[in-house]
Amino acid sequence: MNMIYMLIGFSILLALLFLLAFFWASKSGQHDDLYTPGVRVLFEEEKQEKVPEEKSDEDHPAG
Amino acid sequence: MNGKIRLITDTHCFHCGEDLPDKPYHSDDKEFCCLGCQGVYQLLSTHNLSSYYLYNDVPGSSQQKKVQRFDYLDEPDITAGLVDYTDDKVTVITLFIPVIHCSSCIWLLEHLHKITPAVSQSRVDFLKKQVSITFRNQEISLRQVVETLSAIGYEPLISLQDMIQKQRSDHSERNLLTKIAVAGFCFGNVMLLSFPDYFGLGNLDQEFKTFFGWINLAFSIPVLLYSARDYFISAWKNLKNGVLNLDFPLALGIAVMFIRSAYEITTGTGAGFVDTLCSLVFFLLIGKWMQKRTYHYLSFERDFRSYFPVAVTQLKNGKEQPLPLNELKTGDRILIRSYEIIPADAILLKGEAKLDFSFVTGESLPVEKVLGEIVYAGGRQLMGAIELEVVKPVSQSYLTKLWNNEAFSGQRDPIKTFSDTASKYFSIILVAVALAAGLYWLNTDTNRAIASFTAVLIIACPCALALSSPFTLAAVLSIFDKNKFYLKSTAVIEELARIDTIVFDKTGTITNPEAIDFDFTGELSAQEKQWVSDLARNSGHPLSREMVKWLKLSPGFPVDHYREKVGRGISGFVDGHELKLGSAAHLGLDLQDKGSLVHILIDGHYRGYFLSGQRWRKGFKELALKLDRQNDLHLLSGDQDHDRKLLTPFFPGTHQLHFGQSPQQKLDYILRLQQNGAKVMMLGDGLNDAGALKQSNLGVAVTDDINNFSPGCDAILDGTAFSKLPQFMKQAKDAVKVIHMSFVISLIYNAAGLFFAVQGLLSPLIAAILMPLSTVTIILFTSLTARFYARKNKLL
Repeated sequence: MNMIYMLIGFSILLALLFLLAFFWASKSGQHDDLYTPGVRVLFEEEKQEKVPEEKSDEDHPAG
Repeated sequence: MNGKIRLITDTHCFHCGEDLPDKPYHSDDKEFCCLGCQGVYQLLSTHNLSSYYLYNDVPGSSQQKKVQRFDYLDEPDITAGLVDYTDDKVTVITLFIPVIHCSSCIWLLEHLHKITPAVSQSRVDFLKKQVSITFRNQEISLRQVVETLSAIGYEPLISLQDMIQKQRSDHSERNLLTKIAVAGFCFGNVMLLSFPDYFGLGNLDQEFKTFFGWINLAFSIPVLLYSARDYFISAWKNLKNGVLNLDFPLALGIAVMFIRSAYEITTGTGAGFVDTLCSLVFFLLIGKWMQKRTYHYLSFERDFRSYFPVAVTQLKNGKEQPLPLNELKTGDRILIRSYEIIPADAILLKGEAKLDFSFVTGESLPVEKVLGEIVYAGGRQLMGAIELEVVKPVSQSYLTKLWNNEAFSGQRDPIKTFSDTASKYFSIILVAVALAAGLYWLNTDTNRAIASFTAVLIIACPCALALSSPFTLAAVLSIFDKNKFYLKSTAVIEELARIDTIVFDKTGTITNPEAIDFDFTGELSAQEKQWVSDLARNSGHPLSREMVKWLKLSPGFPVDHYREKVGRGISGFVDGHELKLGSAAHLGLDLQDKGSLVHILIDGHYRGYFLSGQRWRKGFKELALKLDRQNDLHLLSGDQDHDRKLLTPFFPGTHQLHFGQSPQQKLDYILRLQQNGAKVMMLGDGLNDAGALKQSNLGVAVTDDINNFSPGCDAILDGTAFSKLPQFMKQAKDAVKVIHMSFVISLIYNAAGLFFAVQGLLSPLIAAILMPLSTVTIILFTSLTARFYARKNKLL
């Protein structure tokens, strides 16, 4: 039964890590602009021939 | 899809999509409407940036406007106020670029380094229409960066307001998110650790109970001290000012919950209410976030400074040099080029002045000034360069003086919201019930007395109540947003519901600045109309273009010997007949020009004239009829009264139409209405309405492009949504109704909880169920009912 103490300790520690990760993300401004990064990720590195909208739909996983 | 693109590229400018003139510009088999567009295309294609045109059809904006001069950006005094950061190597600057509108814009602006390698990074914030540029200042100057942007068609808007209050970076939303994260984190963990106790799962050792209890208590401390901090501060501040707002019972409930939980856990007498405490704070903060999540990327606080440029060209000892506007003194000589704005009241010394004051006075026709006349600040020069001598500093000018009025300096009373009024009575009743319950048990059972006293404060903690307003209003706000009506804050909705008097400005508010209407006096056969249309088609003058649109005829005959005198008139031979169109003076007619007239001569015979006038916004007639039933309508126009006859039917009671109003008179008029007890909504668009907008209970700026300048206001209404105004007002009234209903629902929950609490029988489990249940009920009820009403009002 003493195992529970340790497991709870670990789970809280893990949760704390996620909380800290959120703090870091927030502090580095990741929640300031929620629109542009979504557009940016669709741009291709080099010049392409196709219209990107058509292509990105195929590549994009469902959901 | 491909067919559609072909169509667009065939008949429109490849860059901006405008109609092509008769002789378009060519480059790489693409067609362009002007040299500017062609130039941008060539610049982009030489830098291998043609993908710009692949992401969207016609991503560019028209380049036909005059290019602004940026030599003032070489002055270190001026730029110091503009940049975010600078050292001896790099400079970071954030620029506002209104034309940002599609993904191509983002792509191009973030590939700026391909054009100028000295730019090391550029990041676009699409919603705020800002680009943040980092560049090596040894290799390139700020002016060159801005000129590069301008050259590719992305001219930044640099205004005096930027300089004075360089956007204080606002981290309040970030902080709120962090608080929500902490509260949510603690709430989740506490709930898990509380379950075993609630349901008595398995035979829990007393040992575990204490252990879980202590961990719970530890989790509640950051919630109490960090997440809920603002409630304590606000409650204390308000209490000191003798105001009881909703934060008082909330803070009281949170504090009592923590104290009682700490007592129960440390003495081992119970599990405490930590679960309820954390969920309460978590839900409250979410409500706050909903309320705050407004449109911070729209500016509602603009004043004349964001309309004026940063610097002006000063003439000193015969030399031109840029001068920061706030250093402009009486007696300075300045040079204003065409399309520049006159920044201060001045005397015209040299040149031909034709000034567009439409934005300032509402007068739609340009004003001509002669040498030696005083020119008021705010006008835009339409002809060539002029020289002026400043007679008043910027802040004391006719126009800007308005901002010295107390309507601008004094804090306006905050809008009184329903939840403020209700919470006053709620707090008093709550404390009374708690004390009564405590006193009742005091004689028989002290423990029970304390239990019931604290339980009342805990269970009646108005969580659902605190959420009903934010969630209803946030839902309505997003409905309005979809309909292009943008509000500064949620409280504006409640103010909108109270409005009983509506004051309209004329030019640009009830008239549509884009569309021109014509009225023909005289006689023309269908054949002759065709000729007129064919001739006008050749001209680039706005009046000719509008006339072609209005005549709605397809091209018929070619035009020979076409001649155009810019701004005066056009002539040519159509189908063998000589046609002349233009002003009376141009055609050699002995007539007085009134308003904007276009006279017509066919083969030397006078055939009549077109009178151009502005067209009312779509649906204005119906709107005035609808609004008139419940509201008092007024019109305040800076214009002369040539439209009085046309407008009178819309405004019953002629005494409510006022023309030739100065900005100050407009403000005073609103003030007089308010002194008679009216709740005034002002609809305006220009700087001349700024005072009235500020003074009114609810100032609405009407604009056709929400990114253009609009004066300080409570709400911005897109011109296309103008006719929906009665629906917006109805929806606001319904929103208040929804708040009242949800208030009743949350009171029922409170009453149910109180039933247990006054008997001292409130268990942590009941509290832990009641609190989230009431919250979820309120959230669902308010959002669904608000949408139901929106559908009824045809806003969804």
